[in-house]
Amino acid sequence: MTTMNMIDSINSGLDNMMTRDENVVIMGEDVGYFGGVFRATAGLQEKHGKTRCFDTPISECGIIGVAVGMAAYGMRPVPEIQFADYIYPGLDQLVSEAARLRYRSAAEFTSAITVRSPFGGGIFGGQTHSQSPESMFTHVCGLKTVIPSTPYDAKGLLISAIEDNDPVMFFEPKRIYNGPFTGYYDKPVEPWSKFEASEVPEDYYKIPIGKANIVREGDAVTVLAYGTMVHVAKAVVEEHCVDAEVIDLRTLVPLDIETIEASVKKTGRCLIIHEATRTSGFGAELSALVQERCFYHLEAPIERVTGFDTPYPHSLEWAYFPGPVRIGEALDKIVGELTS
Amino acid sequence: MADDNSKTNLPPLSLHVPEPKYRPGDKVDYSDVAIPNAGEQPRPDVSSEPAIMRDMVYDMVRVLDDDYKAVGPWDPKLSDDTLLKMLKTMAQVRAFDDRLHRMQRQGKTSFYMKCTGEEATSVAAAMALHSDDMCFPSYRQQGILFVRGYPMVDMINQIFSNREDKLKGRQLPIMYCSRDLGFFSISGNLATQYPQAVGWAMASAAKGDTRIAATWCGEGSTAEGDFHSAMTFATVYNAPIIMNIVNNQWAISSFSGFAGGERTTFAARAAGYGIAGLRVDGNDPLAVYAATQWAAERARTNNGPTLIEHFTYRAEAHSTSDDPGAYRSAQEREEWPLGDPITRLKRHLIHRGVWSKEQHEALDKECIEAVKVATKEAEKNGILGHGLHQPFETMFQDVFEEMPWHLKEQSEQANKEREIKWPNTEASQ
Repeated sequence: MTTMNMIDSINSGLDNMMTRDENVVIMGEDVGYFGGVFRATAGLQEKHGKTRCFDTPISECGIIGVAVGMAAYGMRPVPEIQFADYIYPGLDQLVSEAARLRYRSAAEFTSAITVRSPFGGGIFGGQTHSQSPESMFTHVCGLKTVIPSTPYDAKGLLISAIEDNDPVMFFEPKRIYNGPFTGYYDKPVEPWSKFEASEVPEDYYKIPIGKANIVREGDAVTVLAYGTMVHVAKAVVEEHCVDAEVIDLRTLVPLDIETIEASVKKTGRCLIIHEATRTSGFGAELSALVQERCFYHLEAPIERVTGFDTPYPHSLEWAYFPGPVRIGEALDKIVGELTS
Repeated sequence: MADDNSKTNLPPLSLHVPEPKYRPGDKVDYSDVAIPNAGEQPRPDVSSEPAIMRDMVYDMVRVLDDDYKAVGPWDPKLSDDTLLKMLKTMAQVRAFDDRLHRMQRQGKTSFYMKCTGEEATSVAAAMALHSDDMCFPSYRQQGILFVRGYPMVDMINQIFSNREDKLKGRQLPIMYCSRDLGFFSISGNLATQYPQAVGWAMASAAKGDTRIAATWCGEGSTAEGDFHSAMTFATVYNAPIIMNIVNNQWAISSFSGFAGGERTTFAARAAGYGIAGLRVDGNDPLAVYAATQWAAERARTNNGPTLIEHFTYRAEAHSTSDDPGAYRSAQEREEWPLGDPITRLKRHLIHRGVWSKEQHEALDKECIEAVKVATKEAEKNGILGHGLHQPFETMFQDVFEEMPWHLKEQSEQANKEREIKWPNTEASQ
């Protein structure tokens, strides 16, 4: 066991898998000699060789398409898309090819690829380095979507994703690569080393895909979140002294509906938080599911706190970010009398 | 600044929108199609640098001359048996296409695509590959399956989406798939198989395997980004792959000019990437074989990828949903200056003294009979629209390796609906 930030734990997960399975290969812009712009693949080329971890042309279509072909051969490629905002040129290969290959070939061919990509804002990345496109992928039949929120989870989930025989979108919340973010942009971020979740085994371990994590138990309201927003949500409910149950979804597809349903039936209230834009965001799906399954248990309307329906603005990113004020207002609306 | 000079005498700018030379009713004149003499093209060593081969992307590799003799350095010098097998396979593909096309017209399936006139680009190419080389075809390479011995009944089961369809009725007719025969699943999205094929080839190289990959697309699809991504990856990693462009002149109703064909050849795309490129008479089965054999040897000896443009003609409609009479001259097909690949090979074999008109007539009858028997066999397993051939659970299988809760729920719903919508049917009938 050692202390790791999220970059280290992802690097450790990749290293573990490359050592265990020679079919695991890493490819993407700058991932080889340089080790990736966020250093997530640092040292892997040196350790495992140039044919196991290599740079690619700047062609997301090529990166994903080539990965699908390598998977058809029998490898387990882990392509990196440098920022989730850049994934769109590779979209057809993901949506029409990787996602459907098992189905259309009646399982004769599969695409066991894990697409890693940093996503989300809060780093002054402007509109081309800040987006949260996860719901574009949750809408696609045949893709799994996984989003960790701690170093420990990141490694365990990444190993599960690489071993999974289906294509997995693995979105890394880059705002919390180095430490959990509580939503206050003007306060220094404390490093992961100060938190228990940074205690990460150096060896192989797995966290199952499709299983949510109850990060805080409570009876007043169920808060559904993932990635960076798990930490923001937790900080805000604690600040407001709300007895909230905070659930880190970890996996959007397949979704752990049992945990969500049990929690909302217990609390009778539901707040959904994500950083992605509101319209047709994953919150809409969560809201519909909760309404369908828990309607007679609900004591207040389901609330959503999300990013606005605009591109991510560079200078006004903290105005865009669904931070403590917006979440606090939503909590007041749902559990008003409890917070006063 | 460059705008110091007066612009008053300049003509207004104009936009060029390509237009094919001939439309319905026009008389076709092919005199401007440059067709070099057979046998005059040099055959470089397979280890040659692409730079010394640049002229070949504008030339055209041809083996069969006007007298149907095989001539020149590209003559693959195939045995009579091999050539007869090639001829018989191409004839079988054509007979298959004719009958299955009619089956669609009779309402037994939804859709069909013939490869008439282009048989050499898949049959001769597949014969020049090893049986375990991996093919990433587009939708007009059914010839590969015939070469590799895929049963016609299985192909027809797929076309009819019936209960014996190995793809469980999920794919459009003719979008076959066979892992055992190295035939990758076909996508309706164009050129997507190009980067996939390069990825497969890269994996084979990384593993120290001996197998290579081959892929096909139409000239129209070379406009897709996937094509260019694949070319970049192929050249960057020196992937052991053959990338075929079947230039059949038409992408549905758009002529090759809309893919850039007015300005240069499609083989010339290779030169810009530093890839070996060959332009081949796609209706000359010996030239197609020879070019593929050359490119395969090049790939197999770590000399890298090859792009081959097969200059051919789509003799029939794009698909059963298309009417070429509405956009191109009826004469085009009749007067295509490079002839028909089956006729040319037939005459070559007659010229060699190993074949005859009578034998060919008998062959055609045999091929028709064989596909008739296979069709009847497949029809016993059902035709599209007559009955529910697959159990409803199969609709939800293979989306993921394991079925998640939401698909299980939807599967149960579909089965419940079946009893209401189709109360008197068995799902498997």
